[in-house]
Amino acid sequence: MAEIIKRQKALSVNPLKASQPMGGALACLGFDRAVPMLHGSQGCTAFAKVFFVRHFREPIPLQSTAMDQASSVMGADENVIEGIRVIAEKSNPALIAVLTTGLAETQGCDVQRNLREFRERYPQFNHVAVIAVNTPDFSGCVETGYAATVYELIRSLVPDASQAGTLPGTRQRQVNVLVSPMLTPGDLEALKELIERFNLRPVLIPDLSESLDGSLTEDEFSPVTIGGTLISELQTLGDAKATLVIGASLQKSGELLQQKTGVKTYYFPHLYGLQANDALVMALSEVSEMPVPATIERQRSQLQDAMLDTHFMLGQLRVALAADPDQLNALTDLLQGMGAEVVVAVSAAPAAVLAGMSVESVKIGDLEDLELLAAERRAQLVVGNSHAVACAERLGVPVLRAGFPLYDVIGAYQKTWIGYRGTRRRSCRGAARARYSAPIRWRRYSAAKMRRPSWSI
Amino acid sequence: MKSSKDIAQLLDEPACEHNKKEKSGCAKPKPGATAGGCAFDGAQIALLPIADVAHIVHGPIACAGSSWDNRGTRSSGSQLYRIGMTTDLTEQDIVMGRSEKRLFHAIKQAIDTYAPPAVFIYNTCVPALVGDDIDAICKTSAERWGIPVVPIDAAGFYGTKNLGNRIAGDAMVNHVVGTREPDPLPPGLEQPGFRIHDVNLVGEYNIAGEFWHVLPLLDEMGLRVLCTLSGDARFREVQTMHKAEVNMMVCSKAMVNVARKLNKAYGTPWFEGSFYGITDTSQALRDFARVINDPELTQRTEAIIAREEARIQAALAPWKTRLKGKRVLLFTGGVKSWSVISALQDLGMVVVATGTKKSTEEDKARIRELMGEDTLMIEDGSPRALLKVVRDYKADILIAGGRNMYTALKAKIPFLDINQEREFGYAGYQGMLELVRQLALTLESPVWNAVRQPPPWKQFAAESLTVNHDEMIAQVANHG
Repeated sequence: MAEIIKRQKALSVNPLKASQPMGGALACLGFDRAVPMLHGSQGCTAFAKVFFVRHFREPIPLQSTAMDQASSVMGADENVIEGIRVIAEKSNPALIAVLTTGLAETQGCDVQRNLREFRERYPQFNHVAVIAVNTPDFSGCVETGYAATVYELIRSLVPDASQAGTLPGTRQRQVNVLVSPMLTPGDLEALKELIERFNLRPVLIPDLSESLDGSLTEDEFSPVTIGGTLISELQTLGDAKATLVIGASLQKSGELLQQKTGVKTYYFPHLYGLQANDALVMALSEVSEMPVPATIERQRSQLQDAMLDTHFMLGQLRVALAADPDQLNALTDLLQGMGAEVVVAVSAAPAAVLAGMSVESVKIGDLEDLELLAAERRAQLVVGNSHAVACAERLGVPVLRAGFPLYDVIGAYQKTWIGYRGTRRRSCRGAARARYSAPIRWRRYSAAKMRRPSWSI
Repeated sequence: MKSSKDIAQLLDEPACEHNKKEKSGCAKPKPGATAGGCAFDGAQIALLPIADVAHIVHGPIACAGSSWDNRGTRSSGSQLYRIGMTTDLTEQDIVMGRSEKRLFHAIKQAIDTYAPPAVFIYNTCVPALVGDDIDAICKTSAERWGIPVVPIDAAGFYGTKNLGNRIAGDAMVNHVVGTREPDPLPPGLEQPGFRIHDVNLVGEYNIAGEFWHVLPLLDEMGLRVLCTLSGDARFREVQTMHKAEVNMMVCSKAMVNVARKLNKAYGTPWFEGSFYGITDTSQALRDFARVINDPELTQRTEAIIAREEARIQAALAPWKTRLKGKRVLLFTGGVKSWSVISALQDLGMVVVATGTKKSTEEDKARIRELMGEDTLMIEDGSPRALLKVVRDYKADILIAGGRNMYTALKAKIPFLDINQEREFGYAGYQGMLELVRQLALTLESPVWNAVRQPPPWKQFAAESLTVNHDEMIAQVANHG
């Protein structure tokens, strides 16, 4: 059981956290012909857009309700209704997700009411699915905003079995998969491949590998996403044989889906490391009523072999981690499974899963916390997003990139971490990095030293 | 929060040609059909390059969380501007009215940890809406801890990025400029026939370090740059801006209020110029000499221009043959719409059309002067419209801001990034070499051919289909 240490500083320095509406936008972007719209000032959207473009290196459809001074003070209901109408009319999307920001929430918006009014006023757009989600950026992080959006999608767009007449198992080979934002497009592809090996048909909720993993199409330009899960698939979830929920943050969404559809649900907090993948493969074998294919067994033994090879470098390696909760938990399991010691764990926001981690404490904080704690506890490897690279440089230790955003290495966003193969590759990578970490280096470095020299010239 | 009167005042900028028209202060954004940043974004772009200041963003995480340390501006020393700082307001702070208190403590924390010469506070939407009095907090903190704490009230909902630039410029003029005298010149630097003149540059951001291509030339001319607002600047430099003999507005009207106000308050003359292209760089250097009006300076300047132009023309010669006649669609805003044209024409390239969405009538007149009367000026910057122009005018490359990068790449068209986030510096004579290298790199790349190839099996299928089709027609004809 980990002790959760809350934020004590007035100032966040080198933030680890990105905002809830961005997580909501990400969830929406995993559907075909979708456009997320942030309910706030236009900068909210511009910043989010730049952030995702730098990470995915893809064009990102993202709109804004463009609140100005008057609507910020007097009310922005019309902005929401007009914004939905304009997108529906101009781009003919399949899904629009309205995501609130801190500005809209502070002002006191009611986006559900706005949505009802839109439906009343513009019945000609009834074929366009629209959801509205409360994702103020003064609480939570990417992961919570993403989870809230997945929850709302299920709540408002997946029909109840009693009404729609869906029956679990009608589609014998279909499995629904709810996936956490910690899964990269590469992870999602690997996951689909694995599921297909069992002759099953995965329906990912949502599927970023189809929409944001660079592919060229005939169309030169699209104002909506060019791939991802079809909105119409949401009607079929109730007929599936089983549902897999990957990521503790999606537990609630999984329970809601189960409650609505009655489909048997399997929960996995993450898919990093041998044991997590064993659990998944067991479940797939059970659902498909098929023995585990020989190729998968071979991949498993390759991972075991890699664990033998890398345990020399990763064993007792002192690691400092910074990530959103699901991924923090996953990285901890992965690294501890290899014999490393997680000496620092920094989470962008609080979450239930953190308390169950087998580390002494989890700090809710920023990358300054990571840096100071890593120095104090003599970490030898830093795992975090691209912003953590500068921390690692100042600490004089190697870094392994994970999380959001990853902008300094092309293709980093689609690296595969999950599955036996992904775990094997990532642990070899980690071992390679660790090997070049001189264990003595941290001595040159002290908290006091970090605070002055480089920027007070 | 600023009153609507304050905002109207900022939008009314007599030195900007847009002022007269309905365009003044830039059009109101439309819900569901908008692009571009907010006032906070603009303020941050304008001031973040001041490298040794602690820049604190007062607001919930969205404002700083996704924007810290993401710009191409470079510093030659202090890296403090790359440290992201925000009060990261929580729901509790807002509901309980504790955000002012958090800001106060945050300022202390920044001072304690980093000992900066000054702290800048960027006000954002949420605290503006709940009514935090950041002016008062900045004043109290400055008194308490004895270092300048500057309020930059730039809530996103005030308006566009452009307005944010002006808010930032205003804050500098009102709170910082004139609070310190420039350092005395080192003894022995000035000699008979070599007088040193102090100048400022406004609106130069040192993207990718490009201003360092120009600075040595100014040194050689005997110009001391008191401050570049704000590329690679230090707080102590901004404080001395009032003592310059001339201000140069670099390539942008965004902070024109700074030049105008400095002119009004201190009588400093200013001119507008650009460091893109050989012609414009030379022109800018000449303009410095012209305004300062020191015959020895003029002489030195002409000698430097002659030498540099000869050097760079020789260096560019082999590149010119490779780029000559290549057709360019240029889509940038404002002044860049003409300043880059002359850079490209210097290389013998053909600019087939240019964007004029943000250009003034004066800019447009200059474009006509450079490109002829019937040149195509594009107002509609939508991806579809741009791609249509590329096809219709057979452009070989699109040169535009990063936002349009994927418009070009997804349509398999060569692209060069000309805005904020780029990684290469194109300013000055030396910058031209980087520009030609980047142009040639993308234009001559073998990937364009490869990415346009359909899979061979599909190609084969398509061919055989047409063959069958033709045969069929022939057969029908024969039978007929």
